Amino acid sequence: MPLSALDFAAIRLTLELASLTTLLLLIIGTPIAWWLARTRSRLKGAIGAVVALPLVLPPTVLGFYLLVTMGPYGPVGQLTQSLGLGTLPFTFAGLVVASVFYSLPFVVQPLQNAFEAIGERPLEVAATLRAGPWDTFFTVVLPLARPGFVTAAILGFAHTVGEFGVVLMIGGNIPEKTRTVAVQIFDHVEAMEYAQAHWLSGGMVLFSFLVLLALYSSRRFKPGLS
Amino acid sequence: MSFSLSRLCIALSAGLLACAAQAGEVQIAVAANFTAPIKEIAAEFEKDTGHKVIASLGPTGGFYTQIHNGAPFEVFLSADDATPERLEKEGAIVPGSRFTYAIGKLVLWSAKPGYVDGKGEVLKKNAFKHLAIANPKTAPYGAAAIQVLAKLGLGEAVKPKLVEGANIAQAHQFVSTGNAELGFVALSQVSKDGKLTEGSGWTVPAELHDPIRQDAVILAKGKDNPAAQALVDYLKGPKAAAVIKAYGYDL
Repeated sequence: MPLSALDFAAIRLTLELASLTTLLLLIIGTPIAWWLARTRSRLKGAIGAVVALPLVLPPTVLGFYLLVTMGPYGPVGQLTQSLGLGTLPFTFAGLVVASVFYSLPFVVQPLQNAFEAIGERPLEVAATLRAGPWDTFFTVVLPLARPGFVTAAILGFAHTVGEFGVVLMIGGNIPEKTRTVAVQIFDHVEAMEYAQAHWLSGGMVLFSFLVLLALYSSRRFKPGLS
Repeated sequence: MSFSLSRLCIALSAGLLACAAQAGEVQIAVAANFTAPIKEIAAEFEKDTGHKVIASLGPTGGFYTQIHNGAPFEVFLSADDATPERLEKEGAIVPGSRFTYAIGKLVLWSAKPGYVDGKGEVLKKNAFKHLAIANPKTAPYGAAAIQVLAKLGLGEAVKPKLVEGANIAQAHQFVSTGNAELGFVALSQVSKDGKLTEGSGWTVPAELHDPIRQDAVILAKGKDNPAAQALVDYLKGPKAAAVIKAYGYDL
């Protein structure tokens, strides 16, 4: 196999990025999805739209805004600098932040669907059995929404692995820090190293197919995000 | 009366035909670093000849792949001389059409006024966090930047601080947004009429790196298009030369 050490480093980095992003998204996305599923607030439409934005925005828009706002003159950049964290572009942490935005709808929407599908009844029953809200959430909602969590995790992970434009715009192509597989493939094609590009691209096709196959073969999954 | 009318018709249709034959269209692929000058040159070319230029701007390596896969480009303005040479060897261009249309100049540039001194000493002080370059594997300006660092004996010292843009346009973007304090960019990106448009810079002496020759070719697809030939002739002419020089290229 003509893959180099740098290619394997890119694969490892991509898997680390996708794993960490998925974990964070499940933590951040669960309360957002729960709120969206239960609220009667007039803000529901607006928050739902903001969460769905990365579905329709070109990654270049996200990448450009992140580069500007997280840079030394941007508001986020000035905050991170005053906290002694430096600036986020060109760092692994920066990629994680970008990926969380980029893959947010892929995690929130399946969770929201799963929470909505549970309905009022099980929660009312739990309440009559004197379960508190936290108790209800962990012993009733989480088990019932399990398929939603599986779908959300798979989609969030796979979508982050497939991220390219945002990483290209804020990453700076640093080996073992910000050079993901998608960027590495772009480099190989640019440098006319087609053999390596083929190996990595073929691997991506196979990986993506297997992930979706697992997802679509599971009986409880209904295709479509919303 | 009827006689003269038909003569008028013939004269008119002949005129239309002549117009159609003259005012052609040429589809070109242009290296990202030449964006600003080609816009100006194309506008003047269109005004002077009536031909229309449809320009795609992008990375040289990407264009190479696209050309080999049926892209409709008729003229290619590369960011280097290696890619056109390769296309020539592969028989993908009109034989003998390759020529150098500009020689790129490298500048160490910062968006901050006064940050880069006139001798590039700021590199040796090494007090910055990020130094932006174009990808040295694929972009000639990036390869030249690496040669400069090696010549100055700083290759290893600044290596951990290098951030790569996919092309020279992105390297410039990293510096102009302040995410990298300084970077090696094309002089054409930051100067007009011999002066820096903003920030501070050090024009790297040409002997510190191999010349950045930017070659153009007429591609096989443009073989029978007079507009393609006309554009190439125009690029070699004095009007284009003035624009190219004004943007900080050598000829």
